Amino acid sequence: MKRVTLASGLGFYGDSIAHVVRSVEANRPQYLCSDHLGELTLSILQKDANRNSSLGYARDLVPLMTALWPISREQKTRFILNGGGLNPAGAAQALLSAFREKGYTARIAVVEGDDLLDRLSTLHHGGEPLTNIDTGESVEATLHKFSFANAYLGARPLVDALQGGADIVVTGRVADASLFLAPLIHEFDWQWDDYDKLAQGLAVGHLLECSGQVSGGNFGGDWQGIPDLAHIGYPVATVDESGVAVIHKAKGSGGRIDFDTVRQQLLYEVHDPRAYISPDVVLDMSTISLVDLGDDRIQVRGATGKPRPDKLKVVAGYPGGFMASTMLGYAWPGAVRKARAAAEILQTVVADSGVEYDELDISYLGLDALHGPLSDESSADELNEVFLRIAVRAKDRKVAAEFGRHFPWMMVGGPPYLAAMPNSDLRELTTIWPMLVRREAVESQVCITTVEA
Amino acid sequence: MNKAATLKDLALARSGEKGDKVNIGLFANDAQSFELIRSKVTIASLQRHFERVTWTHMEVYVMENIMALNVVLCGALPGGGPRSLRVDNLAKTMASALLRMKIDRD
Repeated sequence: MKRVTLASGLGFYGDSIAHVVRSVEANRPQYLCSDHLGELTLSILQKDANRNSSLGYARDLVPLMTALWPISREQKTRFILNGGGLNPAGAAQALLSAFREKGYTARIAVVEGDDLLDRLSTLHHGGEPLTNIDTGESVEATLHKFSFANAYLGARPLVDALQGGADIVVTGRVADASLFLAPLIHEFDWQWDDYDKLAQGLAVGHLLECSGQVSGGNFGGDWQGIPDLAHIGYPVATVDESGVAVIHKAKGSGGRIDFDTVRQQLLYEVHDPRAYISPDVVLDMSTISLVDLGDDRIQVRGATGKPRPDKLKVVAGYPGGFMASTMLGYAWPGAVRKARAAAEILQTVVADSGVEYDELDISYLGLDALHGPLSDESSADELNEVFLRIAVRAKDRKVAAEFGRHFPWMMVGGPPYLAAMPNSDLRELTTIWPMLVRREAVESQVCITTVEA
Repeated sequence: MNKAATLKDLALARSGEKGDKVNIGLFANDAQSFELIRSKVTIASLQRHFERVTWTHMEVYVMENIMALNVVLCGALPGGGPRSLRVDNLAKTMASALLRMKIDRD
């Protein structure tokens, strides 16, 4: 039976290129699918694009591809990457220049049409409600504020690009798992109503899209027992034409693939596991069976699918104000009491100054910054040290930027044994607005262009 | 047998976010723990456990094939992770906050 091997590329913007390089050298995959985008990533790329309109793509795309291209020519690995972000054409141009400089020749397809920012008003006036699907808020007050708005495209344009002979497919906002589904549809000629096969392919993609998280990374269990995380083996799926897949990794690589590491990833960032919605198929994970074949190999089979939705999800964002934060570190004895007193004093100082912030977040690193009110404070009195962190949100950049001025006097005028006051960092926040748009309105505008290096 | 148990000793967990929602996958160590978790980790007990944490609406999905629950806290990150002031604005550590939950073995 025909089989295809897919490798996981980067799992997010900033992931390790070295781990991917080792995986490609050892596994020699036919396809490598790389997911650079999250909601946070789009907001970062949008700030890049504001500074320089030729940017707006994931900057790790070019170094990733120049590292992988020369080591993958023997088996002629083909690449599908959503690192085009908000500017897939710009990403392709940057890749093209880098390839020309090195003398690499490749056919690069660019998939565009996910970017709806300039079309939102027209779409709304044409009858699209664009309601926030998390909160139910209507869009009128927000419509003019969006700084990015991208539909999640599915596998179809990627399949078309592969059928057109592309070695490298660069896209913007394509659903993460669809990056992996596309080469399976292309290779096996699966039909668009082969729902169970599409669902299997989507499940494989979902398992691989976060790279090391399926092979022993971020593992909530006996993480100490997982070998050599420094050389974690990024995952590979070998899929047959019926859709049955084996998730594995290179022999001798670090990490682990077993029932526990795979099932943890199966529910990662999932809402209803019986209706995991993608642009291509709705996946029911409850029928999946995971069989441990030993030696870091898990067989995945039995996924079932239902017809794809009529509407596509759009992720949009608008400026959410500015965040400034500061940290004050206090030492034993009574570190927590000092930090709490400092927080009180600072809130008084801020109130006296008359400046108002939209939100104030106080936490104590080392005590409760991660678990908040669920933290166990029974040993709080004896902590060696604790860091007070105060973060504020303000609409106005200047108001946020000046937040740090409230603190320096605390070195000489506040509670004792205070160290390290890192400068308050200013961060632009983005409010996320998820919504739905009719599929036809998006898909009619999708286009594929090909460039050759 | 000790009557009270902590989820940490019965299950594994992983959390993440999308929009304003946080999800926590809770994976029972074995079939016996799964039965216990199914009967004790309910919307009602979860609402008590997370009562001082921000959320607006909670859902629980049972997945027998992987001996797991998927706990979804809607409205847990108002405006989404990129707007949050929290240190853990991606909610990766919410999983271990659930593992603190104590349940009765009865």
